[in-house]
Amino acid sequence: MAWRDSKASGSRLLLFMASIILGIAAVVSIQSFSKNLEENIAVQSKMLMGADFVIDSNQTPNEKVLAIIDSLGGADGRSVGFPSMAVFTKSGDAKLVGVRGIEGDYPFYGELETKPKDAAESYKKLGGALVDATLMLQYGVKIGDSIKLGNSVFPILGNLISAPGTSGIGASVAPPVLIPYNAVEETGLIQIGSRVGYDFYFVAEPEQDLTALDEKVDPQLDVENADLDTHISTAERLGRSYENFGKFLNLIAFIALLLGCVGVASSVHIYIQEKLRSVAVLKCIGATRRQTFLIYLFQIAGMGLLGGILGVLGGLLLQQSFPLLLKGFLPFEVQVSLVPNALFSGLLLGVLLSILFALMPLLNTWFVSPLQVLRVEDNGHRKSRKSQLWVVMGILVFIFSFSFWLLGSMRYALYFVLGVLVVFALLGGVSTLFMRGIKKYFPTSWGFTSRQSLLNLYRPNNQTTVLILAIGVGTFLISTLYFTKDILLAQVSLEASENTPNLILMDVQTEEKLAAANSIEASGLEVLNNIPIITMRMHQIKDRPVRELILDSTATQNRWVLFHEFRVTYRDSLVGSERTVDGTWPMERKEDGIIPISISDNVAEDAQVKVGDTLVFNVQGVLMETQVAHLREVNWARMQINFSIVFPSGVLEEAPQFHVLTTKAPDANKSASLQRELVQKFPTVSIIDLRQILTVIEDILSKIAWVINFMAFFSILTGIIVLIGSVRTSKYQRIKENVLLRTLGAKSKQILRITALEYFYLGLLGGGIGIFLSLLGSLLLAKFVFEVSFVPSLIPFLVVLPGILMLVLLIGMLNSKSVLQSPPLEVLRKEAG
Amino acid sequence: MSKILNIEHLGKTYTSGSKQLTVLDDINFSIESGETFAIIGPSGSGKTTLLGLCAGLDYADVGRVELCGSDLGSLNEDERAQLRNEKVGFIFQNFQLLPTLTALENVIVPLELQGVKKPSKIGKELLGKVGLQDRLHHYPSQLSGGEQQRVALARAFSNKPSILFADEPTGNLDQDTGDRVIQLLFELNQEAGTTLVIVSHDLELAQKCNRLLRLRGGKVVSNEVLIES
Repeated sequence: MAWRDSKASGSRLLLFMASIILGIAAVVSIQSFSKNLEENIAVQSKMLMGADFVIDSNQTPNEKVLAIIDSLGGADGRSVGFPSMAVFTKSGDAKLVGVRGIEGDYPFYGELETKPKDAAESYKKLGGALVDATLMLQYGVKIGDSIKLGNSVFPILGNLISAPGTSGIGASVAPPVLIPYNAVEETGLIQIGSRVGYDFYFVAEPEQDLTALDEKVDPQLDVENADLDTHISTAERLGRSYENFGKFLNLIAFIALLLGCVGVASSVHIYIQEKLRSVAVLKCIGATRRQTFLIYLFQIAGMGLLGGILGVLGGLLLQQSFPLLLKGFLPFEVQVSLVPNALFSGLLLGVLLSILFALMPLLNTWFVSPLQVLRVEDNGHRKSRKSQLWVVMGILVFIFSFSFWLLGSMRYALYFVLGVLVVFALLGGVSTLFMRGIKKYFPTSWGFTSRQSLLNLYRPNNQTTVLILAIGVGTFLISTLYFTKDILLAQVSLEASENTPNLILMDVQTEEKLAAANSIEASGLEVLNNIPIITMRMHQIKDRPVRELILDSTATQNRWVLFHEFRVTYRDSLVGSERTVDGTWPMERKEDGIIPISISDNVAEDAQVKVGDTLVFNVQGVLMETQVAHLREVNWARMQINFSIVFPSGVLEEAPQFHVLTTKAPDANKSASLQRELVQKFPTVSIIDLRQILTVIEDILSKIAWVINFMAFFSILTGIIVLIGSVRTSKYQRIKENVLLRTLGAKSKQILRITALEYFYLGLLGGGIGIFLSLLGSLLLAKFVFEVSFVPSLIPFLVVLPGILMLVLLIGMLNSKSVLQSPPLEVLRKEAG
Repeated sequence: MSKILNIEHLGKTYTSGSKQLTVLDDINFSIESGETFAIIGPSGSGKTTLLGLCAGLDYADVGRVELCGSDLGSLNEDERAQLRNEKVGFIFQNFQLLPTLTALENVIVPLELQGVKKPSKIGKELLGKVGLQDRLHHYPSQLSGGEQQRVALARAFSNKPSILFADEPTGNLDQDTGDRVIQLLFELNQEAGTTLVIVSHDLELAQKCNRLLRLRGGKVVSNEVLIES
């Protein structure tokens, strides 16, 4: 019976199945791809690392570390890496690069991809350099040209296309340059304050248990400020960082799916409304409630399964496109493969969601009275409140369970469900309020067409709320993306004020300080900051030595503070990004000789100290007892040199130190010429060009935005399909009304105007509420999460809203075209029949 | 008296699948201004199709329809709409009221389409004539079938039509209500001097008209004068 009945009218539901097809396609493709990513990371983890495990340290390895390395059979290869300025000798251009000196046959897995191919081997023998291919392209450098690093000049032997561990954001700021290990010392670039990383690469025995090795050796190395990473732990870490992004995309897909469900609920509502008379007839001739209910339940489940199958197929196609979409992020190539779990969940989602969201309208068939056959009045069926409540509960439980499954956190799943409820309820609520408002304060003085178009919003079986939800959620998503991007950019953008530096000279040695400052001033620029930096580690927190805390598994301090090499400055004033939280500033030296210091609130929290507590620092071999006298809140997002620990003047002046000088170059040319000059004179100084970094960050953000936009597109597309579906469902109603108006003498222009205005109101209302909610959400996000002042982009108002309006109008008008072409008599006959 | 509707050699064919179905074949008749004219015939005889063609709701395949002096074949859809708006009234079996409008608003739709300023006065007056002065602001769903048809009646006369087409006006009403609606229809018609064309299968109703056209199988069987006007 279900099949026979659906043959006659089931095609009407097909369009609505399309709305869940897209959502399912999005969910299946992202789930499959996330799984592929996980598998690929696991498979390629050795290639990503280039070895089975690595011991790394940010300082010259001490004897204990070297002893551990020896006990492991000695390293099979090693490298030393640090940021430095490079000068392309032909043009004189200077650029911050990431230098890596390599010894041994590293990488042992994967390959150094170079052009020409043999350069990957020859650069070590011939004492040349491999330079990042993009960097060479940017600076117009060719193979055979030279690159100057510190005091040494290297011939460029090849383009470096890819190498293990040299991709990602860091590589965009300081592109990799590979040189032989034994050539590093001659460059003279390793000095006090240099940020140097030492890596020792190992190839494990086939049967070696790396996890056990990690657990045994890593704690020993921790004490010596070194670290052991296996390819397994690295893969896990990498997997986790992509997992979060995957979860976020999954949620967007889920929203698309939910939007589709709204479409399903609405279509089934109209469908069942039309079937109620048939149901009453069936009941009259002896069908039970259960039988009539099941007829339509089976139809919906069948449609859901069909939607699921088509969605899974779409998802499989989409999955193929992800490696291309995410190319900018991934440090390796991803092989896509079938993921049976994702396919199965797609099918299950199709059936389950269709049934769940169709249940509310389906309940009508349960409660319809056979008396409906005799009575036309629409009061023969009243759904019980209890059953409605059960359905709503079922839907909420499902959304919660599904988001919990996606996010793996009860709290976040709850937030998500609440967020979805708030957005849907606000959109639904505002549209209902708006309708009531119109009804109450109906603009009776308006012309006939304007009034009629408003009245159409509440015609019987109207789709107003569904349309507003579809338009609203779509607009909300797309404008939230724009606003969030604005917030993120506002975080990193440079302030345009006179005294904001955009060129930072790092690692300036004390003896170079004066000459470097003179060079800056000689080129007509001002030295904005001259900051001394001393490196030190925590030796004792309150009365407990750090070594003891490291070995104490019950210690509650955040472990990073125990290992971290702090870069500390001394001064007597606070800077713009700092605010006193506790204690007094300026700090006064006490008579007992204990040095008062200021620390940032985050370090205080992680080290678990407060004002009055003592800290002993190891300043390059000299122990210094200090007392926390001042706590500061630091706005780390501000692009300037910030410090977590500040000493008062008069203490560290004689300690080995280096300096940071800052200046502001008015344009890129001036910046480039100053960099060239400075590098020429001070080869060991690194220069950070904030303007360039900002471009890199903007580029990364726009890549992320692109991927998110792509996913949001599914929500929008689903919204459009729901929109088309809703418009088509009420098409017959519209045809009837418009033909009647035609019969009574309405001209095409009048009918078109009524229809256009109706869609205009819908688009404006849905789009307007969507943008308003997203503006509100973004303002709250900016104020409470990012703590930045937020100036919303005009794009959502100038592009998104008019775009959505045009789209809604277009769909509506295309749909009405056939209305205008229908001969009046045809419709009147249909009605009579 | 002048001819308000003149039909010559009218024919209409529908295609159903691969078959051609002739619904009307070589229909000829004319109606004088002020006449009451009934078209009767069994179901499927082509009554409603003929009414639609006469009122310009559909295009004829062959023949000519001249309504209120205009050849409908030479008018485009908008010109036909304008003609209907100014000179034609309609009453349907299913009332065909707009569900989103109140009784009063439904009655004045033709006037509003014409752009008449403040048409409510005319609407109230007409609803008063059909006995619905207390139901001005009720929606169709709040009215009984008989009341809905009376609203439709008031609407049909709101633009002071020259000719009024009624398609089975009592088809959905019980005997008593139907009788009252017909009485009202004839009264209003007499008062306004409108030409009335009624399509029905109810011979009793048809016999109240001046003339009677019998259709069978899409052809005119007879064209009788019942009451000399």
